[in-house]
Amino acid sequence: MAAEEKDRPQLSVTAIRNGTVIDHIRNEATFKVADILRLDREEEVVLVGMNLPSGKVGRKGLIKVESRELTPDEVNKIALIAPDATLNIIKDYAVVGKRHVELPDSVEEIVRCINPDCVTNKQDVPSRFDVIRSTPPSLRCAYCERTMRSGDFVLR
Amino acid sequence: MPQAGDSVISIRDFGRDEILQVLAAAARMEECGHFGLLEGCVLATVFLEPSTRTRLSFASAMMKLGGQVLDFGEPEQSSFKKGESLSDAVRIVGGYCDVIALRHPWEGAARLAAQIAGVPVINAGDGANQHPTQTFLDLYTIQKVKGQVDGLTVGFVGDLKYGRTVHSLVTALSRFDCEQVFVAPPSLAMPEGLLAELQQGGVSYSQSEELAEVLPGLDILYCTRIQQERFADSLEYERVKGAYRLDRTLLRDSGARESLRIMHPLPRVDELAPDIDDTPHAVYFEQARNGVPVRQALLALVLGKV
Repeated sequence: MAAEEKDRPQLSVTAIRNGTVIDHIRNEATFKVADILRLDREEEVVLVGMNLPSGKVGRKGLIKVESRELTPDEVNKIALIAPDATLNIIKDYAVVGKRHVELPDSVEEIVRCINPDCVTNKQDVPSRFDVIRSTPPSLRCAYCERTMRSGDFVLR
Repeated sequence: MPQAGDSVISIRDFGRDEILQVLAAAARMEECGHFGLLEGCVLATVFLEPSTRTRLSFASAMMKLGGQVLDFGEPEQSSFKKGESLSDAVRIVGGYCDVIALRHPWEGAARLAAQIAGVPVINAGDGANQHPTQTFLDLYTIQKVKGQVDGLTVGFVGDLKYGRTVHSLVTALSRFDCEQVFVAPPSLAMPEGLLAELQQGGVSYSQSEELAEVLPGLDILYCTRIQQERFADSLEYERVKGAYRLDRTLLRDSGARESLRIMHPLPRVDELAPDIDDTPHAVYFEQARNGVPVRQALLALVLGKV
């Protein structure tokens, strides 16, 4: 961070009491993460920040959601589009848990296969992918064996 | 090696030792015959795409082992025409037989079928994806004509972009100590994803556009058909087709080894001149014959009779 930026007054963002803070989101993926979490339907407090300075990823996104723990499917989806993101679990305003999002060995039903001739796009079959690389994410369809990179992912 | 009840879906499911065990089982089938081994067993052939060699070869393999063959019939006259789903059809057919050989235009169809059939499924081709029994018979042929798979330089020429037999064999050979050479025009070159996999696996390979240039270094040349429908421009098709046509003159002038063996999954069109057929280089008819012992071995393995 440049010296003058450091000295500039910092944006004050309301802390949440209990819930989850998703930090270090790749800036351009911030609203995709909001979509994954269906934040447009969220009734609790939600804070979404973009273009925040970050030594790690240049400019980052950040999302705070009150009273919410992410499901494993939500974490897997975030790992696909924002593999550098970190999750902070907040209890009584304190961070009680912190971890990087991480893809499991395989992901089911959260992504659509890019191959129009794949059986999962022809019949009502839940998709399944083997994770062949986590960063940047790369998946292979367990049915048609087509490999997909991060730009190809269509989330279900 | 597949065990009783297993399905054979993709060459990716097989490691080096398992591949060698299947090849050894195929060799035993060829040596001993084993008529009567599958007596009382029924193979259902469900082919929803055109096929001549694969379907006949499966039927021949089953009959030579004393088993029976039920054929699903042409897709136009089958329950699919009435709108039945693949899942329903496979469940029903699975109740009539002990093993299914399935060819289907949808990629991944065999993997899905194997999850629901209740009997082993052998993938006889799923769209542009996999055709594992072809890969086993290709490897069996290489082992027969060269004595082993390791230590060979294997060239591939033709449509390397869309050819599923090429992709499967390249994947299988990556389990062995082989040098692989890919010869194709840029428009039909090997898919980037597959090349990246080879790089990640430390597999030694090279690419060229000139067949004559690479011929002298090859032990095996695997030819494939270049299909006109892949080209928007028919002049470009004619140019490419001519550049990759192999004949006796090219073999002689390029300095190809006497020991070079030429393979092709067949059918061929213009890419292999008939004047090669009666040279020791040509092993493509033997390759087609090898489909029978290889499929005998796979049928016997998944039915638990080996």
